[in-house]
Parts: sequence; C-alpha cells; structure tokens
Amino acid sequence: MDAATRKKFLSNRGFVLFSVLAIIIILIAVFAPVLSGGIDPTAGDLRDAIMQPDGTHLCGTDKMGRDIYSRVLYGARISLVSTFILVALVFVIGTALGVVSGYFGGWVDAVIMRIADMMIAFPGLVLAIAVAGMLGASMRNAIIAIALVTWPKYARMARSLVLKIRHTDFVYAAIVTGSSTWRMLWKYMLPNTITTLVITAATDIGGMMMELSALSFLGFGAQPPTPEWGAMLNEGRDFMQSAPWMMIYPGFAIFITVVVFNMLGDNLRDILDPREE
Amino acid sequence: MNKNQLVSRLLQMLIVLIGISFITFLLTYLSPGDPARNIYTHAGVMPTSEMIEEMRVKLGLNKPFFTQYVDWVLGCLQGNFGESFMLNKPVAELLMDRLWPTLKLTLASTVLMLLFSVPLGVLSAVNHNKPIDYIVRAVTFFGVSIPNYWLGLMLILIFCVKMGLLPVVSSAGDFESLILPAVTLAVAMTAKYTRQVRTAVLEELHSDYVIGARARGVSENQILWRNVLPNSLLPLITMLGLSVGSLLGGTSVVEIIFSYPGLGNLAVAAIMSADYFLVQGYVLWVSVIYMMINLIVDISYNYVDPRMRLRR
Repeated sequence: MDAATRKKFLSNRGFVLFSVLAIIIILIAVFAPVLSGGIDPTAGDLRDAIMQPDGTHLCGTDKMGRDIYSRVLYGARISLVSTFILVALVFVIGTALGVVSGYFGGWVDAVIMRIADMMIAFPGLVLAIAVAGMLGASMRNAIIAIALVTWPKYARMARSLVLKIRHTDFVYAAIVTGSSTWRMLWKYMLPNTITTLVITAATDIGGMMMELSALSFLGFGAQPPTPEWGAMLNEGRDFMQSAPWMMIYPGFAIFITVVVFNMLGDNLRDILDPREE
Repeated sequence: MNKNQLVSRLLQMLIVLIGISFITFLLTYLSPGDPARNIYTHAGVMPTSEMIEEMRVKLGLNKPFFTQYVDWVLGCLQGNFGESFMLNKPVAELLMDRLWPTLKLTLASTVLMLLFSVPLGVLSAVNHNKPIDYIVRAVTFFGVSIPNYWLGLMLILIFCVKMGLLPVVSSAGDFESLILPAVTLAVAMTAKYTRQVRTAVLEELHSDYVIGARARGVSENQILWRNVLPNSLLPLITMLGLSVGSLLGGTSVVEIIFSYPGLGNLAVAAIMSADYFLVQGYVLWVSVIYMMINLIVDISYNYVDPRMRLRR
C-alpha cells in the first residue's frame, strides 16, 4: 500500500473510528477467557438459576444458572468466526463462479447463471431456513444454508464486471500473445472484480451476522448450551417477564456488533468507491 | 414490455419454476435418514421394518427418484401438495388458511413503511447535509442494524409486559394484535427505503434538467413536486415488489415472536418436525407468489412510466 492510499484510509475519520471499534470487538472475542474472569460460559449451577445482575454475575444468570456476562463475551467468538467463514465462503464461491461464467460465456455461463436465477427466486430466508432445518440444526448447517442462497449475488456481480472488459482490445491482445487461460483469469479478470466485491463483502458482514443469529434464534443454528447470541435470545424469550436481562444483553451485543461492522463497511465503500460521493 | 418480451420473460420464468420445483423436491433428501422412518420417529413411534416398507409404498418412496419427482409435480399442478403428517390435513388447505394473515401483516408493514420512508427520504434529500439530514441518516442507520427479533422482543417487553397496552400474543388476528408485528417488520424496511428515497431524490436534484429549470426561474416547489418526485419515486416500485415478496418469506421470525398465526410460523413448526410435504408446499408456494409479484410489477411499470411505453 503506497503512502497516498494509506493517507486516504487514515484521513477518513469514520473509517479509523470504526476500525478501532471492530478491533476492540475482535479483541473481546480473543480474550473472552480473561475478560470473563475465568467463568465457564457453558457451566451452570442450578442453584444460581435466574439471578439478577449483581456483583458476581454482572449481567445475571440464565435458567441453567450460567453466567450471562461470560456467555455474551464468548458469543462474540461464535458470531465473528461463523460470520467470517460465511462471508469468505460466499465471496470465494460467488467470485469464482461469476468470473468463470463471464469469461467463458456459452453453455458454462448459461448453466451457472440459470442456477443462480433459481436460487435468487426463493424470497428472503425461506430456502435457507428450510435447508438448515432439514440438514439438522447446527451452526455448520446454518452457514451452508445461507451460503447456498447468497452466492448468486456475488456471482452476478463478478460476471457483470468481467463482461465489461471481456471484449476489450487489451484482453484480446493478451490472449493472442499466448497468455494461458489460468493467467487470463487470475491476472486480468479477477483483479478487475476484486474491489467491488470486497466492498460488497464488507458491507454484507453485519447483515450476514444478523441472518446467522436469526437462524439460531429460530432453533436452526447453534444449539444450547453454546453461547450464541441468537440462541441465547431464544432461551431468554420465555423468561421475558421474570428475567428480562436474559434477552437484553445478548440482543444488545448483536446490535452493537452489527452497527460497528455496517459502519465500517459503509466507510470502506466511501473510500474505495468514489462513485458513491 | 412488448409481446415478444413478455413471451420470453414467461419462458424464462418457466425454466426457473422447473428449477425451483426440483430444488424444493430435493429438500426431502437433505434430511439425514429415511423420510419414512423419520415420520414414525417424529410421531414417537418405533417403527418395525414392515411399517417402514408400508409407509414407503404409501409415499411412493419405493419408486425411482425421477418418477417420484414427476408424480409430485403433477400432483402440485392439480393442487395436491400431499398431506401434512404433523397436522393430518392436506397441505394446500393448511397453507390457504395461513396465507391471509401473513398477507395482511405484509401489507400493513409495507403501508407503514411507505408512510414514513417517503416523507423522511424527501425531507433528508431536500435538506442535504443540514442537521435534519444528519438526524435522519443516523436514525436510519440504527434502523438497518437492529435485528428484528430483538426489536420485537423489546417492543413486547415495553408495550405489553411493562405498560400493558397491547396483547402479548397476537393469535387473535384483530387489529390490535397486528400493530406490534407490523411495526417490528416496518422498522428495518423504513430505514432501508428512507435511504433509497434520499439517494434517488438527491440524484435527480443534481441532474441537468433541474439546474435548467432553476435557471429559467421555475419555483423550487414546482421542480420538486412536478419533476423530481415522479422521476425519482418510480424506480421504487420495482424495489417495492421485491420487498413485498421477500417479506412473505421473511415474516417467520416476527411471526414466531408474536405467536402470529401466519405462514412463517407454520413453516417453522413443519421444519422442526420434518413434515416434508408441508415444508415443500410452503417453499414452493412462497417462491411462486414471489415470482408472480415480480412479474406484475414489471408489467405495471409499462403503465406507470410513460417513457417505457415510448420505447416500444
């Protein structure tokens, strides 16, 4: 990264602020064992069940006597790791298929794009919920399900970006001078798509985090006693009257994390994509 | 859209429909284990191998895969989506019963969204980079980032549990029980649309013809109401179609929170008990409705936007 680019990033106050906040959230996830004071998020003593927030349990305890403060901290690990895996998966699969589709055209393009059309024809999370539920409830299956319905967005975008340069003179010149297909894809097509797709991925992090938690909330993702925010909300729902802290803290954690990553994505777009000005 | 475009659009839809039906049919095979055995184990019965064999024949699972698929599609075309073993009723009847409540919820939240997002978006754009613009932008930002499942729970906590203003459970289906679920759904949508309206109006305000009109001394009000608004709000129709469609499929979470008797609630229960036919029926229905709405939106565009007619 040259000095001018670095300056562009560092002079954007929003970007700096939300990068710092995002790093803090990541650090919380990394140092959850230390910050929680060594309290095991999955171990509970039924004698401590449903206790109000106080000195020993900063955010109270849940119905199994597990410490909510510790669970919220450890929840950052689950949410961040699973969201990053999901975004990386969708990004790689979508970009690869889109680039191949745009570069080769013909039947390859037709097949990939018709499959993409079909996946997009299912509204919202309908297919993801059905797939996650049918595969069996687990975080892995929730990631698979959301990846399945999200990759077409990236594939379409990558394809259209490739098509913009596919039939230009410099591309034909590169082919004529003997560049291998692999080199064409890797050196010419991919770099042309990467900025836009990185921006999209960055702005999608918050949304995907919410979708994953929504699946867990519905019972199709992480299962108790895993400290996942959506699953915790689901457990806390039944104790709304007697123990509102069970749903206030995990929900607030999702909200804050999503705000930070959405803001970070927006600022990144402002820096990298001058068209948005 | 002329006749040829319409025909090619319908053909494309047909291909996608076949794909959708195939993917939907495959859902049954995602579930680990034998569907026939699962039906018994979900009912809490330990089946003997004869019982499983009998069920396989009854469901047609003994036939080759492709025959099963064709049988299922032919059944669906005749309105026979199979029978839900969870509720012992035909799937079509169950879905029909739940369609109207979900539709009502979808429409209510869309109306709420339009009532707030259009004025806010226009206000924000007209006052570009002034305090009011910043406030609207900040509020919409939080609106996009708040998970609707949390928002719904907090609304229940505040309005039902603490203040006792509204019923906690929305199963009654009356107007009061529609308020909170509709508001919950509308918040995120309103935030999203306010930003869209703002961007669209801003873009239009900076276009050459607006500058031209200003130079000719046309009043600012006249420009806004007669030129800018119609031009910038038209593209929103397409978005609106997409949103109404995805709302149909996206109400599950909110329906569960409020125990609202809609399609999403039924679907989640069906998935939980691996009620294959009901799950398939639901996914197929919602997707087909979604496609229909998008088609209608595209066609209606012709009539609303005079430029589209001229292009013919």
